[in-house]
Amino acid sequence: MNGTRTSGSPYAPHTDEETATMLQAIGVESVDDLFDIPPGVRFDDEFGIDARTERETRALVRDLLERNDDLTELLGRGHYGYYVPSLVDHLADRSEFLTSYTQYQPEVSQGFLQALFEYQSLLVELTGLEIANCSMYDAATALGEAATLAERVRDTSGHRVLVPDNILDGRRSTLENYVAGTDLVVETYPTTGGTVDVQTLESQVDEGVVMCYVESPTVRGVIEPNLDSIGSLIGDADALFVLGSDPVALAILERPADVGADVVIGDASVLGLPTSYGMGLGLFATREGYLRQVPGRLVGVGEDANGRRAFTLTLQTREQHIRRERATSNICTNQAWVALRTAMHVGALGPDGLVDLASRDVTRAADLAERIDDLVGVTAPVDDGHHLREFVIRVDQPARAIATDLKERGYAVHVVGDHQLQACVAGATDDELDGFVAAFEEVVA
Amino acid sequence: MTGSNESRGERVSAFDGSDGCDDGQVAHYDQARFVQNGEYEPLLNEKGTAAVDVNEASPLPDELTRDTLELPSLSEPELVRHYTRLSQMIYGIDTGPYPLGSCTMKYNPKFIEDVAALETGAVHPDRSADSIQGTLEVLYQLQDYLGRIGGMDAVTLQPPAGAAGEFVGIRIASAYHDHNGEDQRDEVIVPESAHGTNFATAALGGYEVVTLPSDDGGRVDLEALEAALSERTAALMLTNPNTLGLFERDIEEIATMVHDAGGLLYYDGANLNALLGRARPGDMGFDVMHYNVHKTFATPHGGGGPGAGPVGVVDELAPFLPRPRVREECDGFELFDPEHSIGHVHGFQGNWLVLVKTFAYIARLGDEGLLDASAKSVLNANYLASQIDYEVPYGPFHHEFVASAGDQDAADVAKRMLDFGVHPPTTKWPEIVREALMTEPTEVENKTTLDTLAAAFQHAGDSDTETLESAPTRTAAGRIDQTSAARNPRLSWQALSDE
Ligand SMILES: Cc1ncc(COP(=O)(O)O)c(C=O)c1O
Repeated sequence: MNGTRTSGSPYAPHTDEETATMLQAIGVESVDDLFDIPPGVRFDDEFGIDARTERETRALVRDLLERNDDLTELLGRGHYGYYVPSLVDHLADRSEFLTSYTQYQPEVSQGFLQALFEYQSLLVELTGLEIANCSMYDAATALGEAATLAERVRDTSGHRVLVPDNILDGRRSTLENYVAGTDLVVETYPTTGGTVDVQTLESQVDEGVVMCYVESPTVRGVIEPNLDSIGSLIGDADALFVLGSDPVALAILERPADVGADVVIGDASVLGLPTSYGMGLGLFATREGYLRQVPGRLVGVGEDANGRRAFTLTLQTREQHIRRERATSNICTNQAWVALRTAMHVGALGPDGLVDLASRDVTRAADLAERIDDLVGVTAPVDDGHHLREFVIRVDQPARAIATDLKERGYAVHVVGDHQLQACVAGATDDELDGFVAAFEEVVA
Repeated sequence: MTGSNESRGERVSAFDGSDGCDDGQVAHYDQARFVQNGEYEPLLNEKGTAAVDVNEASPLPDELTRDTLELPSLSEPELVRHYTRLSQMIYGIDTGPYPLGSCTMKYNPKFIEDVAALETGAVHPDRSADSIQGTLEVLYQLQDYLGRIGGMDAVTLQPPAGAAGEFVGIRIASAYHDHNGEDQRDEVIVPESAHGTNFATAALGGYEVVTLPSDDGGRVDLEALEAALSERTAALMLTNPNTLGLFERDIEEIATMVHDAGGLLYYDGANLNALLGRARPGDMGFDVMHYNVHKTFATPHGGGGPGAGPVGVVDELAPFLPRPRVREECDGFELFDPEHSIGHVHGFQGNWLVLVKTFAYIARLGDEGLLDASAKSVLNANYLASQIDYEVPYGPFHHEFVASAGDQDAADVAKRMLDFGVHPPTTKWPEIVREALMTEPTEVENKTTLDTLAAAFQHAGDSDTETLESAPTRTAAGRIDQTSAARNPRLSWQALSDE
């Protein structure tokens, strides 16, 4: 339409003439006449938020974020900054992917449905379990969902959920919120040296336990060496064995299905998303037997009117929009676009690239620990066993002071105890690791 | 699968005008598709896989590793073509109008992707506060913006979607009542026309769900509310305008009733776009609300997510908000734990990439832009409704209306509309409208695209049952049989190759 626009929103395309024509068609004089808001609750004030040009807005955010220190992060503990290939950004940002929504109309959404189906299939291969959904919000909420699933499918009369005593606070706390409305209670079992204290766990697992959560790698970066026996002792008690992991770890570690895991949860965005201040992608995979109890969306295969294979959201009677208060979960909007990115990243790596990425991290973490261990007053790794990509370091001096000194030299590490630091090699280049060792040496000298 | 190319695909090529979208005259939409050997674009694994001997390849002892890993193995150009083709088989907002009711499918400004991609924002959540002052300030300012827009005193940005925001609201209600020694409050009241997440969230929180019937006008029935309220009421969850697009005119009285009964009033922010700059939940008497930023503040829906569902509360509830929160102190921004925090509802602090886009959108629009968004979204819904023949039983509506497909099946009507260059409305919800077509054009359409939408409604309305049932014909895939897909669930390519 011809004419000028005096719109306040840069994204409302109406010309003034058009607005007038539309008002006339409706039969009112002004847009205000369309609002049926009682005077008592009308807002006549202003928010006091200035409008900006696009350029000004970009400058605003850029200037704010430039206040972040530019540090090389050796950080992990549930959020990892692997290098994401450029093609992931370019393809995922295609606007058909970005600007569509949940595939309520599968006939015009085949591409996204297929991508999600492929994502599900990649997780089936990685976990060995038959069913993977097309995303939860993050690892913590996936853990919460696993607990409510355990409550629904439990064979025992118990109500205890066991988690490791070193579980991340965010995961434990989210889990507590998810079970607050059930009769489940969360208890911890001990870990020693970063891995499960199997004997004590065995004494804790009885018919009162509905679910036991185990991680590999653990929060301290150690690969859990006893998954087999842990799996059988949980299985013997008829409790649900929930294993926490992620796609990089799963590429080389024992297949969850082979150690008896009933559910695998974790953060799948270790692949596909760069460091994003904790934003994630909840991985959720389980056995076929629990299919009807799975939370979240599932993409399945069907056939279209042309007799060709086509994809569709399926088993939707589990979901909130149909089952309401009896749904398996309240999730609606999920992390589909992140799942797309993760699948793209797995595709870009291929099996060799993925196994190589994980394997190199094992070697690089061991090398880095060895080099740091050579420094005076430093022990690394603190824990025995193999590490996937991160490890705990003991320092004679106060850990916080060391971390502050490292930060001044441009490196960020975790402080996990009065004399303990944790460092992660994921995403760091070899040069960055060299620089880190040099900085560490100066700091403890 | 068996069968030759020739035996299939007849309908695909039958664009002879007999489907009513006579080329050139009526807007229609032919979606791209790739077909080879009688099938659409192959799956990644069908393009080639490789198996790696992990025992061999990894430095770990064999007892810690899996034996093999078999995954698709494609070169970069092959992978890029695969996803490009997939993208062409998707209809998005950038393709055309997307009036999916309740979902607020606005245009997503391109530049917000640029601010989300800033590498300076790519920081780890465990960084020390003093080293990420920029990130914390963005979050702090966004909390402030949202507080002003909703009329709320304190805001958390942690919930990763609207439903997660609802969950925070329900957990806060629970913590608040427990704190006051009122743990007998075990019911949450939800209007029958509410979104499914409201019911599911209340149930997840351990509450009995009390469903509230609507009055004849489609709004909260005050008598029914009076009857439902008791010392067992923890909260009433409401959206306003409601899912019929109607403003709950009695909102002040509703708030008084709920508060007199000792309950909290929860605002489901899915429909906030209608009210931007015109009314605020806080002023209406709501105690706690979520903002649905992927709706109201135009962050992309990404084929289903991610979104974000920040929660605002009145002062009295601020001590219960999730931890940690951001505040400003004399030496900068820092994280702190509210006194009676319900804890975490996300492992870290939510969907950062969505939050920074939200911040940019609000900062770009400012007061005048936000006010215009509500104006034009309401103008558009009213104009579109005036141009279609389907009956709209309830009014006056705001940013969305729910038409009735009458004797037609709303799902079939939606399928038929797909052929005419538009995405159809949300169908069959809310149930109080027979064969509901819940339509929300948002402010980003102009008269021309609204007329295209109206024409699509019109053509669907004029179609006979046979045409409706065989639609769509111009989409990448023909009508998909969802019932048989659910009867025989195959949810991975492994399941396909087992057949
Ligand atoms: C009215 C209403 N409430 C709540 C929600 C849930 O929001 P989300 O999908 O972000 O979890 C939606 C959206 O889907 C909605 O339309």
